[in-house]
Formats: sequence, C-alpha cells, structure tokens
Amino acid sequence: MAHRSGPSGFLLTTYDAAINWTRTRSMWAATFGLACCAIEMMATGAAHNDLARFGMEVFRASPRQADLMIVAGRVSQKMAPVLRQVYDQMSEPKWVISMGACASTGGMFNNYALVQGVDEVVPVDVYVPGCPPGPQSLIHGILTLQDKVMSGEIVR
Amino acid sequence: MSDTPNVVTGDLEAPTTEAPAEAESTSSETADRKREVHDMWVAGTEEPAWMRSYTDEGAQEILAAEDESAPELTRGTVVEDDFIFDDVADDDELQILNMGPQHPSTHGVLRLHLELDGETIRRVKPIIGYLHTGMEKTAETLTYMQGSTNVTRMDYLSPMHMELAFSLAVESLLGVEIPERGQAIRVLLTELNRVSSHLVWCATQGTDLGAVSMLIFGLRDREYILQFFEKVTGLRMNHNFIRPGGVAADLPDGWEEDIEAILQKVPQGVSEYEELFNGNPIFRDRTMGVGVITPEECKALGVSGPIARASGINWDLRKAFPYSGIDKYDFDVPVGKHGDVWDRYLVRMEEIKQSLGIVKQVLETIPGGDYRTTDRKVTPPPRKRIDESMEALIHHFKLFTSGFKVPAGESYAAVESPRGELGMYVVSDGREKPWRLHARTPSFNHVQALPTMMTDSLVADIVATIASADPVLGDVDR
Ligand code: SF4
Repeated sequence: MAHRSGPSGFLLTTYDAAINWTRTRSMWAATFGLACCAIEMMATGAAHNDLARFGMEVFRASPRQADLMIVAGRVSQKMAPVLRQVYDQMSEPKWVISMGACASTGGMFNNYALVQGVDEVVPVDVYVPGCPPGPQSLIHGILTLQDKVMSGEIVR
Repeated sequence: MSDTPNVVTGDLEAPTTEAPAEAESTSSETADRKREVHDMWVAGTEEPAWMRSYTDEGAQEILAAEDESAPELTRGTVVEDDFIFDDVADDDELQILNMGPQHPSTHGVLRLHLELDGETIRRVKPIIGYLHTGMEKTAETLTYMQGSTNVTRMDYLSPMHMELAFSLAVESLLGVEIPERGQAIRVLLTELNRVSSHLVWCATQGTDLGAVSMLIFGLRDREYILQFFEKVTGLRMNHNFIRPGGVAADLPDGWEEDIEAILQKVPQGVSEYEELFNGNPIFRDRTMGVGVITPEECKALGVSGPIARASGINWDLRKAFPYSGIDKYDFDVPVGKHGDVWDRYLVRMEEIKQSLGIVKQVLETIPGGDYRTTDRKVTPPPRKRIDESMEALIHHFKLFTSGFKVPAGESYAAVESPRGELGMYVVSDGREKPWRLHARTPSFNHVQALPTMMTDSLVADIVATIASADPVLGDVDR
C-alpha cells in the first residue's frame, strides 16, 4: 500500500483492501442445504475439516445475518422461487457459491423437475465441481472466493 | 400413552403387539421383572447379553420404574383437553405458522404448515416436493448398468441401501446368483452405512435440541466410516458401488485393519454420546413422551424402521425377509415400547451396536471367491481378459455401450434401510432400460406420520419430533 503515489489513490486502495480483508475474514454462510451436497457442507463445518480455520464456521439460519449463500444441492423448479427470495433477503454485500454438479448445471438430472443450474436464478461467484464435492473441494471454493474478493475481482 | 403396549413378544412371524390389558394380566413374577428391567427388549432372545452387561449407563436402567411413575404432564407435552377440531367455530382463532422450506431444523427442505392454538399445535400439514428431482423418470432413460448411479442419490444418507434394493430387484428379474463374497461385501457396506446414517441422526437430533456439540461428535465418528467408503468405492457418498450382478470391485488391501479401527473408534464415540444423553435431564425431558405414535397408527400410516420398532412393532426386514445372506449373521432387533422420541433414540443407539456386531462377524467370516457374478452378459470381464479374448472384448463393449437386456416382468425388492422399509419396484419390457421404476421410500411415510405425532403437542416439540423421524428429503421427494 505504501508505494502508491497519488494521495487519492493511496487512500482509496488502503480503504478497499482493509474492507475486503474484513469481509473475507468474517464471511458467514446462510444454510441453504438442499440435498446430498448439504451433508458434505455439514461435514466441512465439522471436526475433521474445521471450517472455523477460515473464519467461516458460523452458519446462519437467517438470511439477514449471512453474507454468503452456499447452494448445496439440486434446485427443483418448486424450490427456485424460495431460493431467490432468500437471496433477496440477504443484505449486501453478498456472494453465492454453487456447490456440486446439480447446483451448477443440473448434474445428471436433465429432466423436467430441476433448474439446470442455479445461475438461472441467482448470480453465482464460484462454482465447485463434484458430485458431491468433498470438503476439500468446498474449502478450495471458499478460498477462491476469498481471493477474488481480496483482489477486487468481485466488486459489490 | 395408554395405548402403547407394555410388553412386546419376540415372535417375528407374527409381528403383532399385545394389548396393554393382556400384558397386565400376565402377572407372573418373571413377566413383572421383565417389564421392570426390559423396557427396551431385544426380540428373539430371553435376556440378551448386551442388556445384562449394562449395569451403570445402560438403557434399561434409565427407562426403569422411575419413568413409569413420572406424571405425564411433567414430561411437557401431554395436553389435557383432547381437542376436536370442529369445536373451533372461527378459524381466525388459530395462528398459522409456516415452517420451512428453508429452515435449519427441517432436515432439508420440508415445509410444515402449522395451526397453533397458543402454544399447542392443533393441525400440521407437511408440504413436500421442494426437492423433487424426477429420479423415477430419469431412471427410465438410464440403462440398468447406469441405474444405480441414479437411485443412490435418492436417500443420500444411505446410498448403499438404495443401490442394494435396486440391484436386488434387477437381479431377481435376471435370475442371477451373487457369489458368497459379493453378498458378504454387500452386508458389510450396508451395515456400515446404517451406522453412519444413525450417527448423522444422532448429530442432528442433538443439534436440534440445542446440544450443538453433538453435530461435531456425530460427524466426527461418521468420518471414519466415510474414509473407509472412499477407500473402497472411490467416493465418500453416492458410491454406485453395489450394482446389479455384484459389487463394482473387491475390497482393497488392508481393509481388515480399517474395519478394526472403525470397530474400535465408533463404539467409543457411541458410549460417549450415551454418557452425554442418558443422564441429561434436558434431553430426557424434551424427548420422553414427545412425538408419540402408537403401533396401530404406525401400521395404518405405513411407518417402518426404527420408528415402528420404538413403538413396539417387532418388524425388521433383515429378519422377516432376509436379503444378501444377512440371516447368516447373528444380531438382535431392538424394540421399544413407548413410541416416543426417547425410545427412538434408544432403538437407534442399539442398532448402531448391533450393526457393528454384524460388521465384526463379516470381518471374521468373509469367504474368498468372486465378488460378482461370472455371467458375462451382466458384469464386465476382468480387465486382463480383454487383451486376451475377443469374446471378452465384445462383452465389455456391449455392456458399456448398450447395457444388458432384462427379461420382461416386474419385481419388488425391499431392504431394511436405516429409516425403514426401502423397496424398489422395477418393471421391465425386455429392453436395456426399465420401463418404470418406483421407489417405496420410508421417509415418505414418516413425513406422512408427522401430523399424528405432533398434533396436540407443544411448539417446542416440533423440532424434536422431526429430528426423531429422521426424514431425508431426497428420499421423500425423489
Ligand atoms: S451434485 Fe451430486 S451430491 Fe450434489 S446434490 Fe447433486 S446429486 Fe447430490
């Protein structure tokens, strides 16, 4: 930060960097467990993988208190409006991780019942592949999101 | 409470329960003693060893006399007036509360429409379909070889049982025999899966009642089993390992040590939970007498598995219609008698121990030989044979491009999943793909029984009851 020259640039970058840093270090996830992937999401938060290492162990049941929505599982046509409503209820800044093949693309269920990718309903920042993605994959997805927020790639 | 039976007989052929009046009349000394000591009574045995060995922390002591005499009102949920819905002239007096589908305690995406009269629940309507994936339809577009990939994703806490039920249904149409080793591997994996599923139940039941550390404990012990599954099948969940014709691969080298480690670690964890739960006044108050369902209601609503057993129905498909040679192993079926959340807890805890016992027996007695049928029309040839034999190459190619044909007909196969009777109904019209697949899933019936368990109880008991029913919404909606 210190080698920035202009006074305006100096102030702005440090401010952004500080804000982004705080955002990544207290990113609370909304519980949006839908299907199989949700069990892996729970496993990620539990003892062996310990999401608390990244300041993210607080899963909030209320969308108002959450910054991050991990869509874990298949989104059916009936669930899509609910998902959108929960997303709308979250306060800015907010991010979305699409966890698993189903949430990302519909997965193996190319049929009448599923939304073929949650990005048809909400904007997605990071896609985590796998069916289900193991805890390590999810942690990688979360770290990727933190990197993106830190680097200013995602501006909210 | 008064309809629940006091004594359950161990007769598997006729899974009936004795009416309380009859039970009372058998007032011989032994019967009295049994009623005192054996609140939870394992079927088919006089006085099982596990029960005798439990002297300090055991289930039977906790449930003995003291609870019988405890006034039901102090247990929190018995409502004095038996409410008749027509009595309410004005619907406006009832408060309508929506719970779910996005709610941490509904185990996924169950939605409940509750009508409350103050603190008392007067009517419950479960609303399902938020996870409807169209899997039965998708099954019609997948070959029998691919089919287990699909069904394993229905009940994601017991994928092995889904695969097994599907495979058994297809195999009965094909008429193939599975070698002994294949069957033993199936039993090993399904029973381990039962343990891992019950551990998740333990975790969620604890969390829902406010014991958040249970979530950590339960998932910690489940992880040992998942690691074994990952080693065997390559995946932590949704394995697609049990397939029509056998299992996908033999057990990996060193599996015996892994199982021994599991057999050592998991019982430790389980006794830890029992220490935490059994004497815990909060847990006992919030589960005893809560979410009661009588055996008659269970039968009327199609409830099976631990819930039915907790209310005193002595019914386990592993005993009644043994599959995959599970009748060769020695195990007991725990049966409760009150049909409340507490008895379901006891039944599940004991099932974990019994399943681990089966796993131990498999470890000791597993035979050698093939792990899948040698019928090359159904299972692919070993990789080595493909280089040597033209016929093997053709079989391999045919199997993986078009799959195998199944004779026309229909079949139903059921297994005892951690939740209850899990059945697969397959109709074949002689092609490579099923004409129709229907899954008879236990959670569906259990969600249907939720109103019976909840009506006229208190709002605070909702989560305890849902958690004890252990519904998996993927299993309900498919
Ligand atoms: S991606 Fe796989 S594990 Fe995740 S919800 Fe879909 S089917 Fe289940």
